[in-house]
Amino acid sequence: MYYVDLLLNGLIFGSMYALMAIGLTLVYGLLRILHISHAAVYALGAFITVIVANATGSIALGMLVAVVVSAIFGMGVYRVLYQPMLRYPPYVAMIASIGLLIFMEDAFRIIFGEQGLTFTRNPYPTQIHDLFGVTINTVQIAMIVLSTICLVALALFTTRTRMGIAWRATVSNPTIATSFGVDAIKVRYLNFMIGSALAALAGGLIALLNNFVEPTMGFVVSYKALAIIVLGGLGSMRGTLIAALALGLVESFGTIWVGSYLDRDALAFLFLIIVLMVRPQGLTGAHA
Amino acid sequence: MTLYVYSLLSILGINIMLATSLNLISGFCGQFSLGHGAFYGAGAYAAALCAVAGYPVPVALLVGALVGGALGFIVGFASVRLREDFLVVTTIGVSFLFVGFVRKQKWLGAEMGISKIPASGLGPEGNALMILLFAAATIALCLYLNRSWLGFAFRAVGDDEQAARTIAIPVSTYKLLAFTIGTAIAGLAGGLYTYFTQFIVPDSFTFILSVTLMAMVVIGGLGSTWGVVIAAIILTLLPEAFRFINDYRLLIYGGVLMLVMRFAPGGLAGIATSLTRRLRKA
Repeated sequence: MYYVDLLLNGLIFGSMYALMAIGLTLVYGLLRILHISHAAVYALGAFITVIVANATGSIALGMLVAVVVSAIFGMGVYRVLYQPMLRYPPYVAMIASIGLLIFMEDAFRIIFGEQGLTFTRNPYPTQIHDLFGVTINTVQIAMIVLSTICLVALALFTTRTRMGIAWRATVSNPTIATSFGVDAIKVRYLNFMIGSALAALAGGLIALLNNFVEPTMGFVVSYKALAIIVLGGLGSMRGTLIAALALGLVESFGTIWVGSYLDRDALAFLFLIIVLMVRPQGLTGAHA
Repeated sequence: MTLYVYSLLSILGINIMLATSLNLISGFCGQFSLGHGAFYGAGAYAAALCAVAGYPVPVALLVGALVGGALGFIVGFASVRLREDFLVVTTIGVSFLFVGFVRKQKWLGAEMGISKIPASGLGPEGNALMILLFAAATIALCLYLNRSWLGFAFRAVGDDEQAARTIAIPVSTYKLLAFTIGTAIAGLAGGLYTYFTQFIVPDSFTFILSVTLMAMVVIGGLGSTWGVVIAAIILTLLPEAFRFINDYRLLIYGGVLMLVMRFAPGGLAGIATSLTRRLRKA
């Protein structure tokens, strides 16, 4: 049962990584920008969830507000920061993105304090359920359910709707998509909106699970998300999903087996470096 | 007060070495590395172990440079195999991996680091002078490289790999060389840092440091040695000159990085070039 617990734990973390990393993959696929400040969106989502939940008493409302505000914020980042930089080499936007992440993290620290915030009322992480001998709490169940719903909805959206197909067309070839009447600019906004909303959702859920948000919470996660999209072969959604779950499992089991030599956060990058040494194109990626 | 000046000069010298050596890798050769702090740290730890074991200063510094360069050589292989964006993420990984590894190693002092490192025997003035001499040597090396055939080859690789390959420049060799030289200088700077503080902890070499160094390079202007030196001086002295800035240091770094990229992606060097061009026209 111990290993089943580890497995489940790994998959739960993996699903959160997936919500985080999908947004990054989408941005990379469309604009070839490493959107590092995605982590700031995730932290923003977490902070808004806590603040609104504490003010209104409803955690669900908090998450909803967080998702909406973060989606708008994500589109703002594209409009204000990235759009004017598209004519420069890609490192320009990447460095600016790092700048934004550091800026926002420090802003969170100055506004909310170093200690961060906690929920005034959050019974969910301590509600333990027993599923066929595996212990799991309510937040973890919510994580599995919500991430599955989001990812299935995203898959349906990109394969079954006009807008979704236009989106995929733009990712694979912007010029041809535009000549077929796809509004590439609209697709970019849509991209940032959906990616940021998913990151905010992940942030809110992690905040619930830990019952705690802190200014630097996005920091390590963001680099893990970067590792994931590289593992997934940059720009591939399916690859990202597989890599996210794989990383969740590697961390979950790795902490038990090699935890005394390396801390959990370094493990992700060891995994990344080993995989890249063997497969420079990523876990699933075709050649670029 | 004078002691404070010496320590400030030492930090300044070390930052100049780190920033210009990163500029060698990222500015000259176009290989973006966000893990420069790890090579610096590796050099610092190697030198510290040597110093504690009783080896003389030059040996410890040399070992620091060798260890930094050897690690850089290994990571450089990644740059040969990977696409540009993959490389950035890999070097970020190196930086996390280094700190994560050191934190768990008892023989490296784990979280507590290595303390009671023997002094260099030069005193604070001597130390500062030694560091500044090395910094000057690094600047001279970069300026020389920039004019040499090697610098030309680096820039060819950085500008357009395919084109460099067509004119028979062995791209992989030069990438590895840029990485090795740059990281060896970082390792040497680490050794100097060890003798300067006589006390090192893993938290001195985190990812934030690597980002700060990249900020110096980018704000100074990629590929411009003097621009990077000036940016390193400004970014080192500014928080010292205005104490209140220290509390908001990261806020300001982040903001400046964003603004520079948004409005002057060429950095200080880019601004200087466009100014002189405008003056000539007038």
